[in-house]
Amino acid sequence: MSIFSLAITVLVGVLFFVLFFHLSNFLLDYFRVKASKNFAFENSIRVIIFIAPAFIVLFVFIIYPVFETIRLSFYDKVGENFVGLFNYTWAINDPDFRRSIINNLGWLIVVPTLSTFFGLVIANLADRIWWGSIAKSIIFMPMAISFVGAGVIWKFMYDYRGPGDQQIGLLNAIAVALGFEPQAWLTIPLWNNLFLMAIMIWIQTGLALVIFSAALRSIPNETLDAARIDGASELKIFWSIIIPYLEQTILVIWTIITILVLKVFDIIYAMTNGQWQTEVLANLMYDWMFRGGGDSGRGSVLAFCILIGVIPILAWNLYRHKQEQKV
Amino acid sequence: MKKLTFTSVFSQLLLLLFVIAWIVPTFGLFISSLRDKDVLAISGWWTSFTTTEVNEIYRTKGKEDQIKEGDYYFIKSNLFDENQGKEIYRFGITSKNIDEYEVGETALFKDETEITVFENGDYVWKSKEEFKKKKGKRIFVSAKSPPSFTLDNYKEVLLKEGLGQAFLNTFAVALPATLIPLIICSYFAYALTWMKFYGRDLLLATIIASLVVPLQMCLIPVLTIYNDFGALFGVSAKSYPGIWMAHTGFGLASTTFLLWNFLKTLPSEMIEAARVDGATHYDTFIKIVVPLSIPSFASIFILQFLWVWNDLLVGLVFLDKHPSEIILTAKLKELLGSRGENWEILTTGAFVSMTVPLFIFFSLQRYFIRGLVAGSVKG
Repeated sequence: MSIFSLAITVLVGVLFFVLFFHLSNFLLDYFRVKASKNFAFENSIRVIIFIAPAFIVLFVFIIYPVFETIRLSFYDKVGENFVGLFNYTWAINDPDFRRSIINNLGWLIVVPTLSTFFGLVIANLADRIWWGSIAKSIIFMPMAISFVGAGVIWKFMYDYRGPGDQQIGLLNAIAVALGFEPQAWLTIPLWNNLFLMAIMIWIQTGLALVIFSAALRSIPNETLDAARIDGASELKIFWSIIIPYLEQTILVIWTIITILVLKVFDIIYAMTNGQWQTEVLANLMYDWMFRGGGDSGRGSVLAFCILIGVIPILAWNLYRHKQEQKV
Repeated sequence: MKKLTFTSVFSQLLLLLFVIAWIVPTFGLFISSLRDKDVLAISGWWTSFTTTEVNEIYRTKGKEDQIKEGDYYFIKSNLFDENQGKEIYRFGITSKNIDEYEVGETALFKDETEITVFENGDYVWKSKEEFKKKKGKRIFVSAKSPPSFTLDNYKEVLLKEGLGQAFLNTFAVALPATLIPLIICSYFAYALTWMKFYGRDLLLATIIASLVVPLQMCLIPVLTIYNDFGALFGVSAKSYPGIWMAHTGFGLASTTFLLWNFLKTLPSEMIEAARVDGATHYDTFIKIVVPLSIPSFASIFILQFLWVWNDLLVGLVFLDKHPSEIILTAKLKELLGSRGENWEILTTGAFVSMTVPLFIFFSLQRYFIRGLVAGSVKG
């Protein structure tokens, strides 16, 4: 399609929603003037106008699908015949599924831990150095890049040429320079998972970094100065003051990255597509959604497993929200 | 100035190490996208900054270019077609001995003609008799090649590989998929903050729960709805409006939540005063709330725009892989499969896909960070 027709489509799409709100409110005002002033009635109509579009979208794209997916997990591949726990027993006995669960657990342990740790360390370092804000910008930059783009960047880093050839991937060039054999990094089972996780850590450290930076500024300087006067070392200050102070922030960052990691798809799909034992739930689910015309039952079971992973976080968020509302 | 202590030197070094580790992968990609594709395939990008030594073969001009000066016939020209900045330091006239002569020396061919090659590629070929052959002679040169960069890869990728079209498609997906949620969520968040209605708290709790619901939970039923809808009305299930609404749905919770977080910080006296003066909720929203919310709109716009721009999964599921619909990330993934060894295409393609996010990142970083810090938890 040409730029012109694309632009028209875009414009029509956006204007539709602008006009919906404008016209419906306009009509309401128009009839208000004519009809008797029934405030309660008018207000409830206005509430409907304000929330209806968002609510319909929320219902169609989130609320209904969640329950439908759970229902489908008990049905066959076309979603018509009830099969009980068949899809679940299939999953438990499926080697790919088991592999995915193990890998996802690995991702869940390694990526949030290291991203949070690096973010915390870098935020502390950058805070005290005059070129710290430039450093933060650079480390934060991968956050703006797509997972696929990051995939290409790192696939290039991991590129492998046979021994004797000139290595064009930096990692192998370093390995060869140090006197090791070049390796096809992404094909070495178990280790390759770490190389894939490195990409996610490379991206998410920036997120942890900016949130920690903002939180660090809220630590009162008097506390830190008092500790310094008392002769506490920087390391002691870090462990005894900064870490306890940032406890909540650490928890928040941890949960954000955990949710992201549970759903990790793009990186695996672009780099290995689950080969060499790097399969994860989200990629396996995508695979089953479209493999052989699609199997909605098995796909749903896999999606449901990802949901189970976030349920503790969901409950915790709701709990915190309730506490806040009380205050 | 603080005095240089061991700790401060150590922390500077450590931070520098982090910075280098974080920037090098992207930097390598960028440099590679600017290199000649033949060179890229055989040498690491880090070698491209230094002068490299190359051995090449060129051919002199033939009889058409000869001129007669005095008793001799000459062919004078330059070996290089275009000035590449190469510097010749040795040359040869046979394949057995390709660096026989120092540059500036004169070499004698079997037919008793003689040739002198100079550093910049100029040569003078001299003969007593008229040159008869149409084809020139082969000259082997050893040259120092300075770092050279080119935009050829970008031309190739944008025009021939179809990334230019994918770039436009991504815009056509991302702009409405950012603006539509912003529009409907701002009304929604206003209602959640300032209007009183039955079930408001439940709705808010639903939003907070939806924040963390994984996208994967929604794909299959939504796709089924789209297929049924498409079949019912005889239209394609995969279309631009379809993906706009999908992105709107998946971004709705976080957009509403962020806006709600912001709106509740506005002074309630102001809103109530407007209401007492007889302004409708619509007037209050348009004339008071929207102007005050512009900075937070900007943050949310950037977050959602980057999210949509960088998304792969939704684009794969709800759009065709046809050139008129494919988005950049899907195209890039396709290239990874089909052109996996053509690094000039991949590096350039990846960089093209990153231009818009990087531009937004460097120009609007403040808003981006503000949005993230405001508590972005995206489902």
